Amino acid sequence: MMRPYQPKENVQKKAYYTDRFWVAPRIPEEPVPEESPYADDLAAVKKVCKVLNAYIQRGQLVIYVSHEDNVAALKALKEARGYEMLSELSAVDFLAQRGGFEVFYQLLNLSGARRLRVKCFVKENQAVESVEPLFRSADWAEREMWDLMGVKVNNHPYLKRLIMPDDWEGHPLRKDYPLEGDEFAQWYEVDKIFGKEARDIIGPENRDPGRVDRYDTERFARLGHEVPRGAPAEMADKEEETPLSYQEEEGVFLIEKFSEENSKVLDKRK
Amino acid sequence: MQQTNKLRPFFENLNFERDDNHMVINFGPQHPSAHGQLRLILELDGEQIVKAVPDIGYLHRGMEKMAENMIYNEFLPTTDRMDYIAATSNNYAFALAVERLLGIEDKVPRRAKVIRMMLLELNRIISHLFWLATHALDVGAMSVFLYCFREREFAMDLMEDYCGARLTHSAVRIGGVPLDLPEGWLGQLAKFVNELPGNIKDYEDLLTENRIWRMRLEGVGVIDQEMAKSWGCTGIMLRGSGIEYDIRKEEPYELYDEVEFDIPVTDSCDSYGRYKLYMEEMRQSVRIIQQLINMYDETEPQLMAHVPQYISAPKEDIMTQNYALMQHFVLVTQGMRPPVGEVYVPTESPKGELGFYINSQGDPYPYRLKVRAPSFWHCGILQDLLPGTYIADVVTIIGNTNIVFGEIDR
Repeated sequence: MMRPYQPKENVQKKAYYTDRFWVAPRIPEEPVPEESPYADDLAAVKKVCKVLNAYIQRGQLVIYVSHEDNVAALKALKEARGYEMLSELSAVDFLAQRGGFEVFYQLLNLSGARRLRVKCFVKENQAVESVEPLFRSADWAEREMWDLMGVKVNNHPYLKRLIMPDDWEGHPLRKDYPLEGDEFAQWYEVDKIFGKEARDIIGPENRDPGRVDRYDTERFARLGHEVPRGAPAEMADKEEETPLSYQEEEGVFLIEKFSEENSKVLDKRK
Repeated sequence: MQQTNKLRPFFENLNFERDDNHMVINFGPQHPSAHGQLRLILELDGEQIVKAVPDIGYLHRGMEKMAENMIYNEFLPTTDRMDYIAATSNNYAFALAVERLLGIEDKVPRRAKVIRMMLLELNRIISHLFWLATHALDVGAMSVFLYCFREREFAMDLMEDYCGARLTHSAVRIGGVPLDLPEGWLGQLAKFVNELPGNIKDYEDLLTENRIWRMRLEGVGVIDQEMAKSWGCTGIMLRGSGIEYDIRKEEPYELYDEVEFDIPVTDSCDSYGRYKLYMEEMRQSVRIIQQLINMYDETEPQLMAHVPQYISAPKEDIMTQNYALMQHFVLVTQGMRPPVGEVYVPTESPKGELGFYINSQGDPYPYRLKVRAPSFWHCGILQDLLPGTYIADVVTIIGNTNIVFGEIDR
């Protein structure tokens, strides 16, 4: 029997059943109302660069610009419209669908309590310009974006991996990166500490001491009554008495038998 | 680069032995005052810091990746592990983001909102007490630590009575709360919040005019307005720099527009000013909870939003009505399918602006989930804040920024 084909560019978990005729509803993308602060924001961006699309979604303005115009748009919003804080910056992986990433900049206007999102699309082999000269906070956010998504940033002061180790390979938040890690990730500690030749000696079942497999729950439930793996069933079913010896029976010092009269019930604190 | 087949310490070509008088030291990743796994690479000239490079990622668990592989309800308990000092604020921020994505924010019953707000403010008190305790301990005031942990223990008992957990609460659900308040809980809460201001006064008596405390905090970790805005500081880090911005007031969610409370602000810009804000915020939380206790009785008993398309019907309906059971089955096994679109929802967590960006493509799994954790930005600021200060102030500054590594590394 052949295994069904699974596309390799998106290995994230997917719904196992979707109605063929089901069309996902969309959150409405409302037009920007005239004579509103958002309309002025949009006009300020339109003055400096081309706006590809603009709408209001769930109360926040979203502006699409070209990836070359991200700094110009953010600069106009910061200097002319008071969007002084960059509260978030990251990317969304659309490599499988469109061959690139959607980078978004979430801005906040402190005096007007308004938020808007500037978005741009970057192809995989393209780079965005760093907005770090405008917002110092972009320093770490762009490093994180490069580290986890692999979006290149031009003219960043120190573009180095932030969260993953420096010698890591691959970008873990991409859709084609499996949740359990690729081969490099799975053997990372073994390769680094013992060398690649130790892979065979250690074996896949011992390479990650933090790994929880399905047998752990079996063993956990039988804590104190462990039997060797693969032991015959009669041995596994027979539960041995846990050896307990109390202080009263000349057993272990300080291990006393429980008596309800002598115990104190703490039903209230203070 | 390290030889891959040799077991040798690997210091990324850091030049520890230098020709000039500067010294490079590693502060962490295992340091009791680093509040988690922070590795700071400090370049020192005598005792003065010339350059500071924070190195994070020691607690990275890939939560955003995990979120893409979980249905929305599955991910909620995972958010507990971000800011584990105040877990409910993470649960709530995620739940609110999904609710806004679904468009059911205003369908959450009023009683659920009141309970959520009580839990949020209780968490704020817990988090601030923890902050004060550990910060004072770092600076050298041991007794404050013990007193704060006593009060925090009572607050955690209240959390335990409500949801059964002390640290990882998961006490909020998408669309409401799972349980009503237990018998007598409100009385205990009222007792706790009525006694707390007296306890806060005790801490202030120990610290506010304490000569050592003032010498260690005043003029240390100065963040001016420009720096705070540029670095995306939020919460007390922003209000400590004289900018009055609290998401609860400016972009109110839940019932924060119905309760009365003040936003303490200071323009002293230093650690001491922020310490005073923390104390005042606890008093304001007490004030909010006292108003909520009165609001609770006037609410209807419904706890979860009635949106059968996205949220399971009440247990009684599921057990008696066939269609409710079918919908429940689909929601449990496959998960809800939000509409296509994206939201960014900010909330005011005890540490600052905790926001969730969710991009949904109509699947039961979020297409992309980005957590905007306040500590991440407050940790980045260390590289600008530390140079020029002395090595003894590093501990004060790290403690004062109130960073938690669960949410920095995620």
